Amino acid sequence: MSEHEEHTTHSQGFYLAIGIGLLVLTATTVGAAFVNLGPFNPIIALLIATIKATLVVLFFMHVKGASEKLTGAVVVSGFFFLAILLSLSLADYLTRSWR
Amino acid sequence: MASTVIPANRAPAPTPKLNYLNNGHTLKSWLLTTDHKRIAVLYLISVTAFFFLGGFFAMLIRLELLTPQGDLMQADTYNKVFTMHGIIMVFFFLIPVVPAVLGNFLVPLMIGAKDLAFPRINLLSWYLYIIGGILISHVMLTGGVDTGWTFYTPFSTEYTNTKIVEAGLAVFIAGFSSIFTGLNFIVTIHRMRAPGLTWDRLPLFIWSNYATSLVMVLGTPVVAITIVLVAVERLFHLGIFDPRLGGDPLLFQHLFWFYSHPAVYIMILPSMGVVSELIACFARKRVFGYKFVALSSVAIAVFGFLVWAHHMFVAGISLYAAMIFSFLSFSVGVPSAVKVFNWTATLYKGSISYATPMLYAFGFIGLFTMGGLTGLMLATIGIDVHVTDTYFVVAHFHYVMVGGVLMGYLGGMHFWWPKITGRMYPEAWAKLSALLVFVGFNLTFFPQFILGYVGMPRRYWQYPPEFQALNVLSTAGASILAAGYLLPMIYFVWSLRYGKIAGANPWHAAGLEWKTTSPPPTFNFDETPVVTWEAYNYDEIPPWERRAPVAR
Ligand SMILES: [Cu+2]
Repeated sequence: MSEHEEHTTHSQGFYLAIGIGLLVLTATTVGAAFVNLGPFNPIIALLIATIKATLVVLFFMHVKGASEKLTGAVVVSGFFFLAILLSLSLADYLTRSWR
Repeated sequence: MASTVIPANRAPAPTPKLNYLNNGHTLKSWLLTTDHKRIAVLYLISVTAFFFLGGFFAMLIRLELLTPQGDLMQADTYNKVFTMHGIIMVFFFLIPVVPAVLGNFLVPLMIGAKDLAFPRINLLSWYLYIIGGILISHVMLTGGVDTGWTFYTPFSTEYTNTKIVEAGLAVFIAGFSSIFTGLNFIVTIHRMRAPGLTWDRLPLFIWSNYATSLVMVLGTPVVAITIVLVAVERLFHLGIFDPRLGGDPLLFQHLFWFYSHPAVYIMILPSMGVVSELIACFARKRVFGYKFVALSSVAIAVFGFLVWAHHMFVAGISLYAAMIFSFLSFSVGVPSAVKVFNWTATLYKGSISYATPMLYAFGFIGLFTMGGLTGLMLATIGIDVHVTDTYFVVAHFHYVMVGGVLMGYLGGMHFWWPKITGRMYPEAWAKLSALLVFVGFNLTFFPQFILGYVGMPRRYWQYPPEFQALNVLSTAGASILAAGYLLPMIYFVWSLRYGKIAGANPWHAAGLEWKTTSPPPTFNFDETPVVTWEAYNYDEIPPWERRAPVAR
């Protein structure tokens, strides 16, 4: 696999910076949990988690700058299936008579 | 990989001196191999072991149900027995069996590649399977689990005191072995096809394994995280599924079935691929509607993700959602029916021979059709409410998983056994065992449709006396079925030494895997093949080879 790198490689410092960024965001999540924001607590937590996941996917998983079309297809289908899971589960959750 | 140079100028002899089997004899050369064919053999040995272990538990179930009273074992023991049967058969046999054994062996051969894209990850997948298997055996020996293979909450998170976390970990680890297999197949099929082997020339076995791989990669992580959530709630009392702690009581079932319904397609799709190969070869025809059969595999994989809540019609989901899922469940019947009708149409005016693999293919079509049609009955909300958690459901999914998956697997094992080992199996014994399997299977599971319809619930160790006659039939059938499964085990091993030498292509079959020697050399092909023909070009095969010879 290492014969020809098809994606743009970044310096070690760059990855370290991303790693530190992820840790800072984790600390923010923990901190935010101690502040009572009412319904905004889960929203904040999910927002931060999404940002973290995006960073991991783009840089650690080398999706940003990947020339391979298959990589993009895999990412898109992953999110598509996540959307199926969420939307069809909510089709039940939001319409329950006993909730 | 210890590379071995194979002389390029050697013509494919019936039994080449150096092949993947005799290229290294030490235990180390097997346990550290990265050869997809050897890994397939490792998988073959291990899934067979788990099949007989799961079968042992099945026999215990059938023996207990021979009489209405709970006389063979305690209720608690019975719960653990059917749980072990389910976990072992689903996660350690049915899911890996066709992709990891036949798929591992055949995917590179069928596309003209030297190996899978990531040979080491392939080996890692086997080790993960073994670690999961050791863990589940440990659970089995030290007390077991009693939740059923479905691990339903709140029983699994709160009430049972059996080994949930350990069993969950075993399934979690085995899950990664299947993710790795799927990942490997997807990359291999995209990147490593021989020159000229375009997507519309791929064998249907490749298409179906490709579709299966999609489900493995997209679905398995969901069940893995679900198991982690069960462990988290059980160990740390975090509110995920428990409404008293702010969780949702149905969330577990949603997440679990999001994977576990498509898991049925992980099991059945590769077997469907096998059946397409068998029908084409033994009817000597190109599969009717090739493109539709190929794309129906992908359609099944995608639609299969949209139907999971048909397992939850009585669990308290909203009627609105139930109607959506009922409708979508019907829609997944369409691509399945496309396959069945196209196989049937392939037979029309075919030059059919009744070798053992073809008998299994016929068995598959009949039994899968019954399993599929009863699935449509169960997708109907009204019928489902009536028969939920009865033996009707048990009979339905055994028709699909055993009648379907196992028939396809055994058909494929007989068909490719000469390629895997270089030897033929004994045809008469094989036909007998195919007959035993078919008769034994129907005798075991058909009575269960009736039992369920008249109200016998599943997962009880005793039952009202009026159900006994049908249960006796079912147990009798299970004994015949067991004989039908033991027989191939015996003659396959026998044939390793005494079987007739097969030659490169004993069935005169189309397909790249038959263009190399049997057993194939370590790197499959002496020269990379260039494909200039369509799949299943049986009409281009010379007339004297048009009829598949029957092995003796
Ligand atoms: Cu289902």
